[in-house]
Amino acid sequence: MNFEFKVLGGDFVRAGNASSQVKKILKQLNVDASIIKRIVVALYEGEVNIVAHAYSGVIKVNIDTERILLMLDDSGPGIPDIGLAMQPGFSTASPIVREMGFGAGMGLPNIKDNSDEFSISSEVGKGTHLEILVNLKVT
Amino acid sequence: MCIGCAHCMRACPTEALRVKGGKAYLHSDRCIDCGECYRVCPTGAIIVEQDDFQNIFNFKHRVALIPSVLLGQYPDDVTTGMVVQALQTIGFTEVFEVEDSVEYLIPQINEYIAKNQNKKPIISSFCPAIVRLVQVKFPWLVGNLMLLRPPLDLTSSYIRSKYREQGIDECEVGVFYITPCAAKIAAIKSPVGEEKSEITGVINMDLIYNRTLLEIKKKAVNGDDEVFNSQLTSKCITWALTNGEASHINGRSMAIDGIHNVMEFLDKIENDEVAGVDFFELRACDESCAGGILTAGNRFLTAEFLRSRAKALVETNQNQVNAGKLIRYQQYLVGKIDLVRVEPRSMVKLDEDMAKAMKKMERVNRLMCYLPGIDCGVCGAPSCQALAEDIVQGEASISQCVFLQKNMEQNKLHPEHSFRIMKKIWGDNRFLKDCDKPNQNK
Repeated sequence: MNFEFKVLGGDFVRAGNASSQVKKILKQLNVDASIIKRIVVALYEGEVNIVAHAYSGVIKVNIDTERILLMLDDSGPGIPDIGLAMQPGFSTASPIVREMGFGAGMGLPNIKDNSDEFSISSEVGKGTHLEILVNLKVT
Repeated sequence: MCIGCAHCMRACPTEALRVKGGKAYLHSDRCIDCGECYRVCPTGAIIVEQDDFQNIFNFKHRVALIPSVLLGQYPDDVTTGMVVQALQTIGFTEVFEVEDSVEYLIPQINEYIAKNQNKKPIISSFCPAIVRLVQVKFPWLVGNLMLLRPPLDLTSSYIRSKYREQGIDECEVGVFYITPCAAKIAAIKSPVGEEKSEITGVINMDLIYNRTLLEIKKKAVNGDDEVFNSQLTSKCITWALTNGEASHINGRSMAIDGIHNVMEFLDKIENDEVAGVDFFELRACDESCAGGILTAGNRFLTAEFLRSRAKALVETNQNQVNAGKLIRYQQYLVGKIDLVRVEPRSMVKLDEDMAKAMKKMERVNRLMCYLPGIDCGVCGAPSCQALAEDIVQGEASISQCVFLQKNMEQNKLHPEHSFRIMKKIWGDNRFLKDCDKPNQNK
């Protein structure tokens, strides 16, 4: 099954809509609660990243009985140094964004921690691509 | 008598009601006993099942266990003493206040929160409708529910122990709870997290209000306030009101009342969007228990009455005296404060088997392309989504949608047939002229 959600850069008011929708879907599909939680946490972080840093983005969700694959594509400034961005605590967020409770520098590391497979690629001046895979079968 | 007006179907927060054959049907596994249906029913067709009042006379000792909101139901000139005397006149031998155990409970809650840092935020288990709501719609928050027994259970345990101590046979003591809501009845008749309730029976507050007020009007009571020596402190009195619990919690706490407000907020809690809160007091009714469906008084006036009763107590030293008496609880309730596990019982899943659930979801999504999306309820389901899910579960058919019927009438559906379908949902009478509809002036 495939689902697609659009995310608008700078729209903090609606940040979290896609994660809420995905949560609803996974509950209806009777996915284990602890797995849903990991997926929603990872997706929410990714969604907020798009809102905070990019101009716009698309979240694609592909579900089968074995795993869920989340693909987050944004057009935005891109990440010059991915290694640095993956370090816990590193953030480029402005003080205003931090005041809103975002920008603690835990986004990407947190996404990685909550996924079974994680990949990130980015092109400066173009955008960032994230792939998050979570296995649905409890092992 | 149910007239199939569908008011209840629209009001139900868990979409547990459908209309078929001109009557409302309840899917009891989805029901959380919140009573929103009862509030909106124009014909009084929904009955909150209670015990027969005469049952109290099967016992030699007949305890009326009254919640503090009961005393806030009466007109201004009716004193607490008069209410208690009236309760005795109608047959009770002793009157006990539910919130009596609150002072004992408060430090236990704070200790529980301190001990269960990994289960934060803790969600209060005070309101039984909220416990059921979490089980049914937010199953992964079940682990956050506070596993401590509410004041009602603790106080009834205490009363039973006291009678036992006096050497009185268990069978001679009947403890009857005067309930302001349906959820408390369900919590006693089929408790969650407890084996068996120590409460003998439940009597609805509206019935007690009528009976006691009648005695008071007949001047069968003399209104001597000395007759009742309340043991409550100000904290006990306001416990069942909004913020009654939350305001006594160490750390960061929030209080939310009203079932729709609570559902909106639970969604946020579930998403981890609300960080750093230790304790949530969530109540199904607006103005908490003062807004219970079986209350007689206006909820705002009841709340105001209780707050001024509490305030008056603070101004005397009786508050301190009563707080000092809580020591009497310790000997009786040691080891009796915990609830056992509360299990999730999710009603949101389309199927146990994920592969089947996915097939069903695909069908639901396809159906949603055809349904109008205006949630008119004419199909007998509360929303287009609910109808689509019912169809997929084999409980409804697509021709129930009046919009699709119009489409189908263009080619193969005979107008007579589509009329029959509507009659099957709403009953024959819905299509007759009737100038006396009970809900006409509501």
